[in-house]
Amino acid sequence: MGGLLTRAAQWTNDSSGCCKLEATQLNEFLLKEVLHFTEQLMVQHPEEATHVFEEPLVWSTTLEASDFKAGYDVSDLLVESHDKDSEGRPLLRLKPPTISVRSFSQLSKLLHLAENNTLAEVRECLQGNKDLVAIIFGRSFVSFMEKEDVNQDVQSLMVKIKEREPSEDVEAKIKVFLLLQKKDKEILNKLLQHVTEQSERVWIVFSDYEFSNGCNAPLWRQLLGEICYVVLTPCDTDTLYITCSNDGVFLNKGIKQDGQESGYERISEVYRDLVTLLKHRSPYFAANIKTQVQKSLCCKTPVTFVTFSNLINLNVKQQENKEEEKTVHHHVRNKACGTTKYEPCPRWRKLGLSSTRGYVIILLPHKSSVGAMPSELFSESSSESEEEEQPERRQENNTDLPSEYWQIQKLVIYLKGGNQTATVLTLCAMMDFNLMQETCQLAIRDAGGLEVLINLLDTDEVKCKIGSLKILRKICNNMQIRRIIVDMGGLQSVVKILDSPVKDLKALAAETIANVAKFRRARRTVRQHGGIKKLVKLLACVPNLATLSVNQEQDVEVARCGALALWSCSNSTKNKEAIRRAGGIPLLGRLLKSPHENMLIPVVGTLQECASEESYRIAIQTEGMIKDLVINLSSDNDELQMHCASAIFKCAEDKQTRDLVRKYKGLQPLVTLLGKANNKELLAAATGAIWKCSISKENVAKFQEFKALEIIVGLLTDQPEEVLVNVVGALGEFAQISANKAIIRKCGGIRPLVGLLTGTNQALLVNVTKAVGACATDKDNMAIIDQLDGVRLVWSLLKNSSADVQSSAAWALCPCIKNAKDAGEMVRSLVGGLELIVNLLKSTNIEVQASICAVVATIAKDKENLAVLTDHGVIPLLAKLTNTSDNRLRRYLADAIGHCCMWGTNRSSFGDATAVAPLVRYLKAKDSWVNQSTAMALYQLSKDPYNCITMYEKGAVKPLIQLMGSDDETLQEAAAGCVRNIRLLAQANRQARLFN
Amino acid sequence: MSAMNRKVIQTLAENISKQVEHFSKTETERLIREFHVLLKEPMSNHPGKEAPGVDRGKFRNILHEDFGMTDRMIMDQVFRTFDKDNDGFLSVKEWIKGLSVFLRGTLDERIKYCFGVYDLNGDGYISREEMFHMLKSSLIRQPTEEDPDEGIKDLVEIALKKMDHDHDGRLSFQDFEKAVKEENLLLEAFGTCLPDSIVNTL
Repeated sequence: MGGLLTRAAQWTNDSSGCCKLEATQLNEFLLKEVLHFTEQLMVQHPEEATHVFEEPLVWSTTLEASDFKAGYDVSDLLVESHDKDSEGRPLLRLKPPTISVRSFSQLSKLLHLAENNTLAEVRECLQGNKDLVAIIFGRSFVSFMEKEDVNQDVQSLMVKIKEREPSEDVEAKIKVFLLLQKKDKEILNKLLQHVTEQSERVWIVFSDYEFSNGCNAPLWRQLLGEICYVVLTPCDTDTLYITCSNDGVFLNKGIKQDGQESGYERISEVYRDLVTLLKHRSPYFAANIKTQVQKSLCCKTPVTFVTFSNLINLNVKQQENKEEEKTVHHHVRNKACGTTKYEPCPRWRKLGLSSTRGYVIILLPHKSSVGAMPSELFSESSSESEEEEQPERRQENNTDLPSEYWQIQKLVIYLKGGNQTATVLTLCAMMDFNLMQETCQLAIRDAGGLEVLINLLDTDEVKCKIGSLKILRKICNNMQIRRIIVDMGGLQSVVKILDSPVKDLKALAAETIANVAKFRRARRTVRQHGGIKKLVKLLACVPNLATLSVNQEQDVEVARCGALALWSCSNSTKNKEAIRRAGGIPLLGRLLKSPHENMLIPVVGTLQECASEESYRIAIQTEGMIKDLVINLSSDNDELQMHCASAIFKCAEDKQTRDLVRKYKGLQPLVTLLGKANNKELLAAATGAIWKCSISKENVAKFQEFKALEIIVGLLTDQPEEVLVNVVGALGEFAQISANKAIIRKCGGIRPLVGLLTGTNQALLVNVTKAVGACATDKDNMAIIDQLDGVRLVWSLLKNSSADVQSSAAWALCPCIKNAKDAGEMVRSLVGGLELIVNLLKSTNIEVQASICAVVATIAKDKENLAVLTDHGVIPLLAKLTNTSDNRLRRYLADAIGHCCMWGTNRSSFGDATAVAPLVRYLKAKDSWVNQSTAMALYQLSKDPYNCITMYEKGAVKPLIQLMGSDDETLQEAAAGCVRNIRLLAQANRQARLFN
Repeated sequence: MSAMNRKVIQTLAENISKQVEHFSKTETERLIREFHVLLKEPMSNHPGKEAPGVDRGKFRNILHEDFGMTDRMIMDQVFRTFDKDNDGFLSVKEWIKGLSVFLRGTLDERIKYCFGVYDLNGDGYISREEMFHMLKSSLIRQPTEEDPDEGIKDLVEIALKKMDHDHDGRLSFQDFEKAVKEENLLLEAFGTCLPDSIVNTL
């Protein structure tokens, strides 16, 4: 027991490998306690304190001979105490720097002498004598005592010991030993407390009694499979009351010591283990554990870490380090196996907790330990939602299990001990069970069948491999099984089989990969073992022959399975790239001509998944796949139609693709798909395709032949957001044609559209504002929008956190203000609206800046509002933006400056803010829009003579004269007016000089 | 080999290859030559005597060395299915016809062949006892078990459950055929008696 002290001290420096005690708070605390103990011993048990150690404690001290006075023989360098043991050896002996001490009394005196350095001495002493207890009491004594029951009285212990080693001071020895042990416990308890107070993120305890089976839960709860309870206080959430049960870990209502029945009630879902639960409950923990997983599990930071990494072991290394499993989990496992001994893992033992059964401590990591995430592990993006870790379902009591469970377990035994014939026979028998059922899957897992099945994959026995894959491909529809297969390296073996000359095997292997590669790690494994290349190879076959030989038919089946596997794998960006590099795109294009739905679905599925990448979109267009996609839009399989529409949705960003869809008559089938309004996935894909296709005006005209707009307006209500985003996006495009604006109004589309302005989905808001803006260009529409208070709603979206929404809203405001009746009054009525606009000029997003400039230009047409804008400091903010090189921003900025000149001293204010010189540079931009608005702005600015001087100096006249030759009349006029003002000033100047 | 001999072999090959569908004439010719080479080797039990055909021992050697078979009983059964006239020797015709199914047989042919191999007493049924006999050494025996044969018996029951469609406690040819057509892996349910399927598909 006394060894705990050393152990407690050890683990702090364990990782560094040397025997130093680091200067951590915890060690400091520990040293103080040891010091305190020696001092107390001297005072409270003077007799025991004189007990002579078996061996001397030896360490190098900082004390010198001169420090020792009364009670010592001091000669030159050597110091010996007057107190001697029975054989006349001094109890303390110093030969600098080495000191040896043989009793607690001497130790205490020495520490007294050390005065300021006491802690350092204790530290040196502990470092020098790691086996402290054995040195003090002798090894045999310690091992004897550890075997004995500490609770028996001293006398009976003495009798026993005397039998072994007759010596006079056994009694003192035992007493000291027991004292030490007691102290040890105290220190540990204090340590716990200390740590708790210190970090606040500790959770501890619960359970005062442990049953012989190792459970701490009351008996009537054990009947329900509960094992123990933990209370935990993470740093970022409320205290968590947790139940650990056979089924997993979950939150309870808060079990207090009084054991109210209601407290045991489950209030959360069941998690697989503590880590998973914590991940879900404490974002801070989740963030940290993610980083931790990737770090090596040894950590230099003290205490907190060792335990923490230990916790993770459960989760990550379950397979490799069975013995390292964390306590709670371990406990559960053991129970399942029928043994009930509760054994903390080695790391916990290091913490010195082996004897404080029933306590569970887990410390959450310090903030400082959070490192950057290594990139490779998390570099894969995925468009689809990843599978989440789900709570592991544990089989409860053996008696509840259905008979299939036991039958399968028996089969696994035959698998393990059978030759090829028995194995094949057993595999066939196993296939007769419903392998999609969880009981059967878990039965295989629990009996260790997965190992056998995976091992079979590496044999030369074709039949065994086929049988094994036929089972694996089914049971891996279970998420846990998938993960275990990957953990065991099974996926590598499956990938290897793709090279087999046996077609059945290839097809089965590909199908298995398709089912396993549903999570990121699996997909990465496939890629890293060259699986993508092999899968792409499988695609090579002739899919569309009228009659196929048996051999060719097999090839087609292999290709189909290959496509299924690629579909699963294509969820990761890197895999998409790998498929492309392996030459998969033309092969997929060839399979796209297949007449079979079961082939087309995985092929189009893969294509649409990959179409998120530009390279694929180009290839889909150039390889002529659009035609086939369009053809299959008219298939009678919803899923196939959905994937085709989705592929078109992603590809139709490109103008040529849009034209091709029209050319192959794909627009009508798309509109037809809108009729399947009950299949929301299909509807989302179809509306998405319509949206993107309608970016081309020709397509909109074509769509109108099929009355698409009327149907689309009808989809504005009662649809999920994924559909609404696309519907509204399409509306925005349709409304670019003025005839359509009226149709939208007549179909009653304005009201639901304005209603959507109150939503929160940012992608939707971007589209809604755009559509509202497009509609607002029609006066009649605008009247309705105004009436519905739409302008205020759009305006308030300027406060949205997304820059996209901000700019989109700002663009929408321009036509709203332009077309509203009494626009000036309306703008003024929006309290704080103008200030909001001016402040947005401080945005760092160029699109926001440009859109706000456009709004400013529109608002400034009203003199009164311009005055307010000026008061809010719009002039310096605009001037500040003039140094931009972005032509889009330049255009609207110049426009805003031109319009803002119309008030008070704004013209000279722009001059003072040095906005004129940069504007002159805009004249050289190769963008006629920029030239035009700049010329207008300069014309306005040139009404201030000082600005004219700047323009003249910056060489504005020459480009202005060139612009005067432009075809655009307004531009001509503005340029000429500006030049005129400059000339007038020059003339006035000359005249002034002449006459003065 | 003399010119005359070659001539004889060629005509023979032409003859036989017409009756056997899976081998071409050249292949047949090669197999005939192989047959004669085998004949030249001294007989295992009657050294020195010219044999009327390939005997059991020589045939077993081939099955073992070229096709990796190990089960003596199954190998003897394979010989019996080859040896149609039951004279203890394989004639040239028996040799080539047998190999034709053995190496290139269609699924139907192979089902018939395998059933013949497994029907140890040739009564047209694979009985429980026959299955037990063939599966006897297919499991590692656990010496601790009360009944060391329990596992084997269990396997027999598994096989019956899976294949005995008419529930008469034995496998008729129809039972066997139906089961194999449903699940090809069951073709060699009671022991390896065909070349590895890699060879098969090549």
